[in-house]
Amino acid sequence: MAETPPIEAGRSQKASRSLTGDTSGVRVVASSVTLRQRFQDLMRYRELLGALVRSEIKVKYKNSALGIAWTMVAPAVQLAIFGVVFGIFLSNGIPDYLIYIASGLLVWTFFSTSLIGGTGVIVGRAGIVKKVSFPREILSIATVGSQAFYLMLQWSVLALFMLLMRHAPDWSALPLVLVGFATTLLYAVALAVLLSAVNVYFRDTQHLIEIFVQIWFWMTPIVYTYQHNIHDRAVGKWFDFVNWLYLCNPMTPVILAFERAIYGRVTVTNTLTHQPFDVLPRWPLLTFYELLLGTFLVGLLLLAFAVRVFSRLEGNFAEEL
Amino acid sequence: MENAVVVDNVAKRFRLYKDKHRSVKERVLHPGKVDYHELWALNGVDFDVPKGTTVGILGHNGSGKSTLLKTICGVLQPTSGEVRVRGKLAGLLELGAGFEPELSGRDNVYLNGTMLGLRRNEIDAVFDEIVAFSELEQFIDTQVKFYSSGMYIRLGFAVAVNVDPEILVIDEVLAVGDERFQRKCLDRIKQFQADGRTIIFVSQSPEQVRSICDQVVVLHHGEMVFHGEPSEGIRIFRERLNESDDGPVGASVVDGDVVQGTDVVVAPPMKFVRVTAGAPGTGGPVATHGAAEFSLEIQSEIDVPEVLVTLELISPLGIELSKVRSDELGLAFSLHEGVNSFIFSIDSLPFLDGRHQVNVGLSTPGEGGLFVWFEQAAILEVTYAGKSEGLVDLEIEGRSA
Ligand SMILES: Nc1ncnc2c1ncn2[C@@H]1O[C@H](COP(=O)(O)OP(=O)(O)O)[C@@H](O)[C@H]1O
Repeated sequence: MAETPPIEAGRSQKASRSLTGDTSGVRVVASSVTLRQRFQDLMRYRELLGALVRSEIKVKYKNSALGIAWTMVAPAVQLAIFGVVFGIFLSNGIPDYLIYIASGLLVWTFFSTSLIGGTGVIVGRAGIVKKVSFPREILSIATVGSQAFYLMLQWSVLALFMLLMRHAPDWSALPLVLVGFATTLLYAVALAVLLSAVNVYFRDTQHLIEIFVQIWFWMTPIVYTYQHNIHDRAVGKWFDFVNWLYLCNPMTPVILAFERAIYGRVTVTNTLTHQPFDVLPRWPLLTFYELLLGTFLVGLLLLAFAVRVFSRLEGNFAEEL
Repeated sequence: MENAVVVDNVAKRFRLYKDKHRSVKERVLHPGKVDYHELWALNGVDFDVPKGTTVGILGHNGSGKSTLLKTICGVLQPTSGEVRVRGKLAGLLELGAGFEPELSGRDNVYLNGTMLGLRRNEIDAVFDEIVAFSELEQFIDTQVKFYSSGMYIRLGFAVAVNVDPEILVIDEVLAVGDERFQRKCLDRIKQFQADGRTIIFVSQSPEQVRSICDQVVVLHHGEMVFHGEPSEGIRIFRERLNESDDGPVGASVVDGDVVQGTDVVVAPPMKFVRVTAGAPGTGGPVATHGAAEFSLEIQSEIDVPEVLVTLELISPLGIELSKVRSDELGLAFSLHEGVNSFIFSIDSLPFLDGRHQVNVGLSTPGEGGLFVWFEQAAILEVTYAGKSEGLVDLEIEGRSA
């Protein structure tokens, strides 16, 4: 096929043609639109988000006998394994260890499955992306949305379990759960949006993220405690730096906040040595809020960046898929 | 007049990669090697669609019609230029594109409806109408994966027309489905027009375009070669369709017209000067089952050893009634320099009354041949005194046996 140069002089004589005087309700399709326009489009399609989340949940359990109960099985098994390994064989002496680990692990699973699922979603739903027009970020966000729904179910089971174990959360710290969840949601959405777009052009992203999430998991104080492993080992003038670096992981403040609120104990009695020791830093609650707030603000920047990148890359989705 | 859609100097470039380097390994191994060539699927396309009009987009395969529609719908972003759309737009690029096979028809109506920009309660309001239009009452709670392709299409169309769009964009979807449903869709489209909504419509079928559209855009290799009256657009489309790809562009210009666009305009070597249709001798109206004659006068600047002459008859409603070419009739025509006359005749014309449109074409055989098309060359007026309805009088007889 011949390579035809674009008609440069074609800037139309009707260049100022407008649809009507005011521009509200006018949709512009161009190679770049403003971030504001982007968010407006997203807002217009919020009902689609709900519809996609509902359909995703329905599809997942349509043909399975246990249905929605499956969402409980995987995290339950994972919890049981960690409970047996670190609660019994390699006991770390944390009382009610299952609850300690559940308070971080459930929200982590939400985060990691959102990332992995979100990364593949644009490629996975190529049929829709190529034929129907709507802000495509909604597909990525919907993956996070359905995971959030499963998290709510898992949390309800955890609440029941805690009731049975007579392990109360720290009621005064409970608002941390809300702020922490908002922060996790923000990061999950931002990263899912960013990675789903990158994955269209660079399909290895899918595999890389699965490995990266594994590493990330162990860089976050979920299985072990922040107090034991970071606080105690970072000594001298390196302390501040290592500590600071560790807290740069946005999931660290989030997980610490969940543990602080749900597990709810800072100083406990070691089940092996019967000595008191700290499982969580003795910060005042305000410090947790401050850390979360900082993390949240950085997350907002990340989201703006992600949407920006997405809208840049989106233009060629239909042809790359 | 207020515009519903403005396509402002839109260009779209595709990069065709020799092989797509997607994995890290290949990117690392061949860092600099990006082997592609560029294709301008759209180039300087620029037109307005006033509110309430129906615009047909004609063009041969690969001329960029789908690319243009996808750009208008926002599925593709233009490389340069922009499209501005006022009002809710529903795109039917592929019927049922957003369907989730695992879900029931009911769930899919909601999913697809929100995808086209409706709110849940708005879908509630039109749900029954959607089901009725699709005629899938019994199957609405069945998973869509068990639907036949016809059912799929019916549901897709039913959702799209019921989302109450101000602008409807349709890509050749009317070519699928059974004939009865096609007619139902066409009726619905006509109703849309009557409601004063805007329609952008892609078709390969000039007949459909003729019967529906107010305006036509003709694309040729990604460029807009025409925008205006349907009959003129169809003429240009027909010529471009018959034009060989490697022949000189613009070599087949007809009756002295300057073709809009960027092509070189070559003076026509031959053209129709006079075309008449009617009763033999008088040229007046023909009665059904009477004789009719079509006379074509063609002026040529050169001698042509063999030409093919095409005669096409269109009913008042835009239906193609007959199309014949001289070689199919076993006729061999040639042109000499100067004015040539050809006559086609019919002994007993079966058509019922009405003003039938006569289109004529002239071509030379073989690759790269010339092609001249004269849309609406003449009107054949037919009168009918009988009682039959329809398009033709078959002189049906009956007896009891
Ligand atoms: N995703 C794509 N990647 C590369 N080339 C494409 C793509 N889509 C369409 N094209 C090319 O753009 C041109 C116009 O295609 P299209 O708009 O589908 O034409 P039409 O609908 O008129 O048949 C064709 O040459 C086609 O090969």
